[in-house]
Amino acid sequence: MIDLATTRAWLDEHFRVDEVIALLREKTVPIHRFSYFYFLGGMTLFLFILQVLTGILLLLYYRPTPNDAFESVQYIMTQVRFGWLIRSIHSWGANLMILTAFVHMFSVFFMKGYRKPRELTWLSGIGLLGIVLAFGFSGYLLPWNTLSYFATKVGTDIPGQMPVVGKWILMFLRGGEDVTGATLTRFFGFHVALLPGLATLFVGLHLLLVQRFGISVPPNVEAEWRAKPAASREMPFFPNFLLRELMAWYIALAILGALAAFRPWELGMKADAFAPAPPGIRPEWYFMFMFQTLKLLPAKILFLDGELLGILGFGLAGAVWTLLPFFDRESSGRAQRFVAGAGIFALSYIVVLTVVGYLAK
Amino acid sequence: MAIVQRSTRHQEHAPRASGMPREFAWYLLAFLLWAAFPLARLSAQTTNSCLDCHSKLSGPPQIHSAEYLAGIHAQKGLTCTSCHGGDSSRQEPTRAKGAIAGHNRHVSRNQIPELCGKCHSNVAYMRGFNPSLRTDQFSQYQTSMHGKRFAKGDRKVAVCTDCHGVHDIQPPGDQRSKVHPLNVAQTCARCHADADYMKGYDIPTTQAADYAASVHHDALVLRGDLSAPTCSTCHGSHGAAPPGVDSVARVCSTCHVFQAQLFDSGPHKDVFATMGLPACVTCHSNHRIQHPTDVMIGTSAGSVCIHCHSEGDAGFVAAGTIHARLAELDAAMARSEDLLGRAERSGMEVSEAKLAQSEGRDYLIKARVELHAADAAKVDPDIQAGLKVAEKTYQAGQNAMAELSYRRKGLLVSVATIVLVLIGLFLMIRKLESRSAK
Repeated sequence: MIDLATTRAWLDEHFRVDEVIALLREKTVPIHRFSYFYFLGGMTLFLFILQVLTGILLLLYYRPTPNDAFESVQYIMTQVRFGWLIRSIHSWGANLMILTAFVHMFSVFFMKGYRKPRELTWLSGIGLLGIVLAFGFSGYLLPWNTLSYFATKVGTDIPGQMPVVGKWILMFLRGGEDVTGATLTRFFGFHVALLPGLATLFVGLHLLLVQRFGISVPPNVEAEWRAKPAASREMPFFPNFLLRELMAWYIALAILGALAAFRPWELGMKADAFAPAPPGIRPEWYFMFMFQTLKLLPAKILFLDGELLGILGFGLAGAVWTLLPFFDRESSGRAQRFVAGAGIFALSYIVVLTVVGYLAK
Repeated sequence: MAIVQRSTRHQEHAPRASGMPREFAWYLLAFLLWAAFPLARLSAQTTNSCLDCHSKLSGPPQIHSAEYLAGIHAQKGLTCTSCHGGDSSRQEPTRAKGAIAGHNRHVSRNQIPELCGKCHSNVAYMRGFNPSLRTDQFSQYQTSMHGKRFAKGDRKVAVCTDCHGVHDIQPPGDQRSKVHPLNVAQTCARCHADADYMKGYDIPTTQAADYAASVHHDALVLRGDLSAPTCSTCHGSHGAAPPGVDSVARVCSTCHVFQAQLFDSGPHKDVFATMGLPACVTCHSNHRIQHPTDVMIGTSAGSVCIHCHSEGDAGFVAAGTIHARLAELDAAMARSEDLLGRAERSGMEVSEAKLAQSEGRDYLIKARVELHAADAAKVDPDIQAGLKVAEKTYQAGQNAMAELSYRRKGLLVSVATIVLVLIGLFLMIRKLESRSAK
């Protein structure tokens, strides 16, 4: 009979598991009034794992062609046992994952976790956010319903407006002039092959960097601890923090289950390329602030196209945000306040424009 | 002298201009000058001297250039002179409108039908503009109530320009046209809704108001269905006349084909004919036709059947039976719809059942058509088929609601399990940390 100790001994002999556990035991997590934000990264990872699992299950029935896509999702929702649950968890989980990724990013920003030596951790995190958004954008089209079809049309039109490379990007995304079956198959390819591969690489890199450089402590907490060393506290990552993280994951699972049971993700009507665009076409909530900005911009600003200027503006803001660790080093109080103010402005802008986008007719 | 002689010699040997006598060259020049004038006049005709003056007038006979030029006649190259005669190439009013130019100062109301008919009845001429355009308008007009009265000297009745306009005539398909389907009722109402104007004709003037309250008007104007009837659809346009008692059914049947066929196969056709009742109008009225409801058939107060049938007669029984069967299917469909709606609002996927539900509604519509045969047996097959669909969709709704309840119970169990795990984790952490604190 193989018992636990024997198995563990075998594993340790082959994979040096004890060394890994020892490493995890050595790793500590600071405890202070903002510690709850440390759960967000792990929560995002948990939701990502859930997406991979539910995505694999959906792949058993999903068919990525314009004739079959809608019907196959309808079949999953109505005929496949617990298909509704898997699809709803996949859809709700995607939204929750993007939300936690955003909150995680802003918490790192406000806790100054991006500063030296964690520049690469920040960069890999921004890369992951981009991948997660691309997951959302590509996955939105896959049910091939009216809303997703026209939202993809609008969504791919926007980068298509960029000078020089716009046309190329549009053709690359759509696989032709219009959103067709070619777009569906290539979005499917991005969603189930390219992006998961990239995400695995980036998640691995991100975790490695977190492990290498540790968890940062906010500068003000650090200053307090320096002044009063006895106040500094920490807990072992394994098992103390991991068990707490596990609790957070279970709570997230309960929330997802409740959402799936009470508000199963809608299927809508099958996309019809020849039908007029229904009123109120809008992107998913995480793109709403950009969409609403482009809608509010006038057609011409000076001699430049308003939308183009908006796209370039977002590109520039994104670049500055990504390269923030290289701008915001250990700087003066005034510069620190400026960076924090810019962050508050960015967060408020995203929230307000998103709300306006949903309220606007 | 020598010089003179030389010149004389020169004259004798000079070549004749282009081989022609000099006099002929002069004649040629004169001819060219003479011919140039008409050519110049022709080219000058591109400007319309009638419009030059009439567009500047402040009152009648003022012509609005833009309106005129946007009209179909101007677009097809006709000018003022096509109807009024005269010479629009002349700038001087006396010449443009002179007797030689054949100017007809004012086209009187007497002349209008014939004047329009001159071109519009000429098949060969009209083919040059629009080969598919009918050319029987004038002959139709002569058979119409308007045309007959006009022939008798009544000048109040409509002539071409009353309906089509004068200088701003548009083709009927153009929304600006007074005879575009959306505008016909208004055009007819200009006279037919004017009680003063219609005094002496002994016909009601409520048709326009009645039509505006009808299902046909709603379909045409509110839904924008241009195939829905307007005045001219039933009365004709150029040959406009009220359909007689015997022809009403034929008029309605141009659209309501099945209803008419079923009516013809039923007992009412002959009875109505004997009683001198117009077929469709007797139950549905004429201008103020309302959307038919199931109350119209049956034995209750709103039914049209009880106008003729009374308790005990076969018609009364048939009407009651048909109403009951329709009500049964309608209620069954409504019950399914309500349940499916609730399931859908709860997030359940019931699109397939809803598609089947629309098939059930089709059976109800078919049954409502079949009732025109006034035979309960003819209505029954559709009712039975509809009831089967309603039963199936109701079952689908019930399944969806049962599934919803199952999901919620499942959620409750899952959440309870998760809560237990959370409690376990919490206790484990506490134990772990209290042990390490010691």
